[in-house]
This record gives sequence, structure tokens and C-alpha cells, in this order.
Amino acid sequence: MSAGLFNAVSAILIIPALAAGVLALLPGYKVTARLNVVAAFLSFLSALSLFFARPAGGMFLAVDDLNVVFIVLTTFVGFTTSAFSASYIAHELEIGRLTPTYLRFYHAMYQVLMLAMNLALVANNIGLMWVAIEFATLTTVLMVGIYRTHEALEAAWKYFILGSVGIAMALFGTIIVYLAARPVIGEGLAAMAWDVLVARGVGFDPALLNLAFVFLLLGYGTKVGLAPLHAWLPDAHAEGPTPISAVLSGLLLNVALYAVLRFKILLAANAQALAPGPLMLTMGLTSVIFAAFMLYRRRDIKRMFAYSSIEHMGIITFAFGMGGPLANFAGLLHMTMHSLTKSAIFFAVGHVAQVKGTQRIADIRGLTETHPVLGWGLVLGVLAIAGLPPLGIFTSEFLVVSSTFARGYFLAIPLVFGLLLAFGALLLRLHGIAFGEPLGSTAPVQASYVPMFAHLALVLCAGIYLPLPLVTWFQHVAGLLG
Amino acid sequence: MGTLQFDIAHLLAGSLVLVSLMLLYQDRMYGLINVFALHAFLLALSVAWQAFTQDAPHLYATAAIALVFKAVIIPGALRRIIQRLNIHRTLETVVGIGPTMLVGMGLCALAMIVMLPVTAQAGALAREDLAFALSVFLLGLLMMVTRRNAVGQVIGFMSLENGLVLAATGARGMPLVVEISVAFSILIAFIVIGIFLFRIRERFDTVDIQALDQFRGELR
Repeated sequence: MSAGLFNAVSAILIIPALAAGVLALLPGYKVTARLNVVAAFLSFLSALSLFFARPAGGMFLAVDDLNVVFIVLTTFVGFTTSAFSASYIAHELEIGRLTPTYLRFYHAMYQVLMLAMNLALVANNIGLMWVAIEFATLTTVLMVGIYRTHEALEAAWKYFILGSVGIAMALFGTIIVYLAARPVIGEGLAAMAWDVLVARGVGFDPALLNLAFVFLLLGYGTKVGLAPLHAWLPDAHAEGPTPISAVLSGLLLNVALYAVLRFKILLAANAQALAPGPLMLTMGLTSVIFAAFMLYRRRDIKRMFAYSSIEHMGIITFAFGMGGPLANFAGLLHMTMHSLTKSAIFFAVGHVAQVKGTQRIADIRGLTETHPVLGWGLVLGVLAIAGLPPLGIFTSEFLVVSSTFARGYFLAIPLVFGLLLAFGALLLRLHGIAFGEPLGSTAPVQASYVPMFAHLALVLCAGIYLPLPLVTWFQHVAGLLG
Repeated sequence: MGTLQFDIAHLLAGSLVLVSLMLLYQDRMYGLINVFALHAFLLALSVAWQAFTQDAPHLYATAAIALVFKAVIIPGALRRIIQRLNIHRTLETVVGIGPTMLVGMGLCALAMIVMLPVTAQAGALAREDLAFALSVFLLGLLMMVTRRNAVGQVIGFMSLENGLVLAATGARGMPLVVEISVAFSILIAFIVIGIFLFRIRERFDTVDIQALDQFRGELR
């Protein structure tokens, strides 16, 4: 480490850790909510500085061209979500769903979650990354159950059981990777460091790598929410506090996917190991089609958008499974756009559910009349997530589909089918929610619209014009992914 | 490596698989907990033996965690919970004991079939250790699937995790093993003991997962 203990990499870990400690002790929601925002903002600034000056990597932490994209995205959405959380939480305190003690716990856990996700991203060690993802699971389980209702407890329990089994499988895969690396690299920390593993992956035993990847894909794939393993995801999104749904969908799923991608690069470095692409393609495509069908049957608004997250994680996994510069580029872009859009939607949905006092889709009608700003924000967000031009998701979905057609039309047809199916479901539900005879409370909503519209503005910009530096950067990263 | 060292490691790992199979057919709460304590105790012995043969003192920490935390504290806490909640009745399983045992044996065979050819390059100890570990892992998974009761599922998860610790300590010279076992223990301690069972009790007066299933969000 060149700059000693205090550099940008340690800052994105130390700031949330300190903030978590302070927030656990401080009473009073106004101060703590602001402090939460400030801490998240400082983490974001430190992450941004990684673009300009990057500290040298060590055995445990390292920043390279791939993870810096994830880090900046994570800290940015973490920051905007904390701003949304401040206004959301005020209402929850008012109606007594959260007590001040639970609020302290909530804020501390928010920062611990940020810490865990940042650690998972900067870790240069497969064991350390696993520990970080495990802690992220633990904190989110606790936050999902924070309302202590029947549904919240069931959701948290389900998430705990499935998430734990997932990370247990991932650990088994991690151990096997170490076993594969040990004969080549030797015992010790070097045999678990990413840079060393990828550089010397050629000599690893391919049979062990294959076995490891199956466990890793199933394990971290559970956390990504891929189709046969997704059962925890809708419940966890629907029953926890909405800021947590936004962070889960926008960030934690990405972090798990990042882990899968890292191991995919490792497998690609070894020519004799099995190609990870087809496995990821299959799981991605299954998720898209399954989630698209399930979208039609949702009656709960947060659950519906949770299924939409499954669909989009499926698209992203599909794109990365396809591989090659264009598909990887599309995957990266889609991941960024999905994080921004989906968290914006959850910001809107959180306020909608608060003002209407329900999450039932049937009980929410005519939103654009009763709450025009909120309603139109939601409309814009849903149009974006459904993939309409000129918003950013259209660009990335178009790239995914066109690169698929170029490589194999037999794969593109089911993908397009899934996309159209989901599109129909979302528009159908949106029509009921946003238009028609108003239903439910018309009380004014105390919301901060800034985070939502900031995200949507970014998505719109990306759909109209992608700045050249960003394009070259993503192209470079896409090349790394192989 | 001496054959005695090898044999003892083999014996301990093998008994862990055996105790995993025993866990499958326990139909009383206390019996289940006692067998799990035995499971954790065997794991502690096995890890300590690995620490001794590999000359890796840090593994003694992992063994100590297994012994104190999993073999003493957790079973004790689970017993207290059961007493307080007054739920020491017969455990229900989703499938009968017979089929479960057959599936369990099949899973052990599967673990051997998968692991032994794949790890041909690794040493004999690492290879068989890994095969045993995978058996314990799969049996833990099976137990989680067949138990309806929250306590049963948690014990299934912990036995599955014991298999992982066995695999990690069998991988010679693997770094961060202690940290990983600490992280796992925190996960278990936090959720199992502290919060969940008590919260569930407040709301339901039962730790039966079937009762939870009635509150699925979509049925509202």
C-alpha cells in the first residue's frame, strides 16, 4: 500500500464502519438520518476518487478496472437511497411501525451493509469476499425482519434459510478453488488472491475448477436471485422497509453477480475447464421467462417489482453468459441502468405505499391524479424498466438482443419472448395504478423527490447520449470479462 | 504421512458422516440436540487432529470454536428455548424416516462418485476428506429439506456448516479458516439464538414453520 492506511480504498470501508458505530449510539432520528446521508456521501466521494488515483493493491484489498465500476455504482445508489430513507423513515416513525430503538438499529445496519458490500467488491481474496457477502446476507436478513409482522418474519426466515444455504455452497466452491490453486501456487494467501489466481489459472486442475464453478454459480446465484433459486427474493423485497428493497435490488444482487463474474474470468483463463457461458445462459434465460410469467399474477406492488428484478438479473446474467465484447458491454450497461431505475421505482413505490397505506395493487388507482409528481415519476420509472425508448434500459436491452441475434437466433427468440411478456405485464399493471378513477387516500405526501428524479434523469441521459469516456471505459471492462 | 495419522483423520471424518446419518432419524427434540452436540464434538476432534498433523496452531482456534460454541453453548441454548416454549414433543418430518435414510445413503454415494475421480491429483487425505465433507454437506441439506420445524432446520444448517469446516481444515494450509468459522458462528449466533426464535415465539407461540407458511403475503 503506497499511501499507508488512509487512502480511498480504506476510506470506503472505514467511513461506513465508523458511521455504523456512531449511528448505533446516537438517539434522535433527525440527526441520525442526516448523518447516514453524510456518511454515504463521503463514501461515494472516496469511491469517485478511485477513478483518478488508485492505491496499489495488496494481498487482501485491490482495486482494478472491473470492480471500480461496481464500487462507484454501489456507493452512489447507497447515497441516494440514504437520502430517500431519511424521508421514508420519518413517516414510519410517525405511524409507529418503527420505534426509536429499532431506528438506531436500522441505521447502524444500513452502514454495516454498505461496509459489507464495499468489502466484497474491493476484496482481492476469495475467502475475504465470501465473508463480506455472508455479512451482507446477515444484515439484510435482520433488516427484512425489522417490522416483526407475520409476513416480515416469514420473509426473513425464508431469506435466512435459502441465503445461508447459498453462501454455504459458495464457500464449498471457494474451498475447492483453493484446492485447485494450491498445487500450482503453493500454500498460503497467494492461492486465494484474485490477481494471482487469474494470472496462473492456466495450470489449475480443470476438473476441480468445473466442480467449484457449479457450486459457486448455485451459491452466489441464489443471492443473485436466478430462477430456480429465487424463492427468497420477492418476499424479502415486499416485507422489509422499502429503502432496503431498493438496496437489495439495486446493489446486493449486483454484488453477488460480481462474484460470479470473477469466477467466470478465472474459468475462462483455463482452456480445459468447462465454458461457464452456457450454464449462465440457461439460468439467465430461465429467470427471464419465469419472472415474465409470474409478473402477471402479482397483487402486491413491491412483490411485482421484485419479480421484475429477477427478470432483469436474468437478462444481465444472460448477457454475461453470452460473452464477447458487445454482450459484456450490454450486460454492464444494463446492470447500471437496472440499478438506477429499479431503485428509483422503489423510491416512488415506498412513498406510494405509505400514502395509500397499502401495497395491494388493486387498492391503488389513479395515482397521477391524486399525487401527480409521484405518479408521473412512477410512470416514467416503469416505462424505463419495461424498456421503452428513449430511456437507458432500451439501449442496453437492444444491445443484448442484437448481440444475441448475431450469435444465435435460437437463443434470441425466447429472450425476446420473455422481454415482451414482461413488458405487457408491467404496462397492464401500470395502467391500473397510475390512471383511472382515484382510489384510496389523497393526503399530500411528504417526500423528497430528488433521489428518484436524479436516477431517472441519469437513465434518460444514458438513453439519449452516452458520453464517450464512459463508452470507452465500459468497452475496456467488457474486454476484461472475456 | 504416517498411516496412523491418516487412519485417525479418516476415522474422525467418517464418524462425522455416520453421525450426520444419525441426525436424519431423530424424532425427539432433545435427542436431535444431543446428537448434534456429538456431531460438533467429533468435528472439534477432527479439526484438532488436523491442526496437530498439519502443524497449524491456528486451527486449534477453529477446534475450540467448534467445541465451546457448537457442542456446548448452542445445544444448551436450544434446550432452554425448547423448555421455555414447551415444544419438546415428537418432531414431524415431511417424508418418512425410511425413505429419508435411503436418500441419505444415496447422497453419500453421490458424494463419493463426484469427488473421488475429480480430486485424483490431490493427496489421498485431501481427497477422502473432501468426499466426506461433501457427504456431510448434502446430508445437512437433506435434513433441512425434510424438517418442518425451525429448530430442526437450524440444526440441519449447522451440521451442513460442520461439513464445510471439515473441508476447509482438510485443505492443507488454507488461509482464513478461523475467520470463516468465526463469521459462520456469528451468523448462527445472531439469528438462531438471539432474535429469531424469540420473535417467532412472540408472534406465533410455535416454532413450526408450517404455521409461518399460512401467512404468505400473496394470500392477503
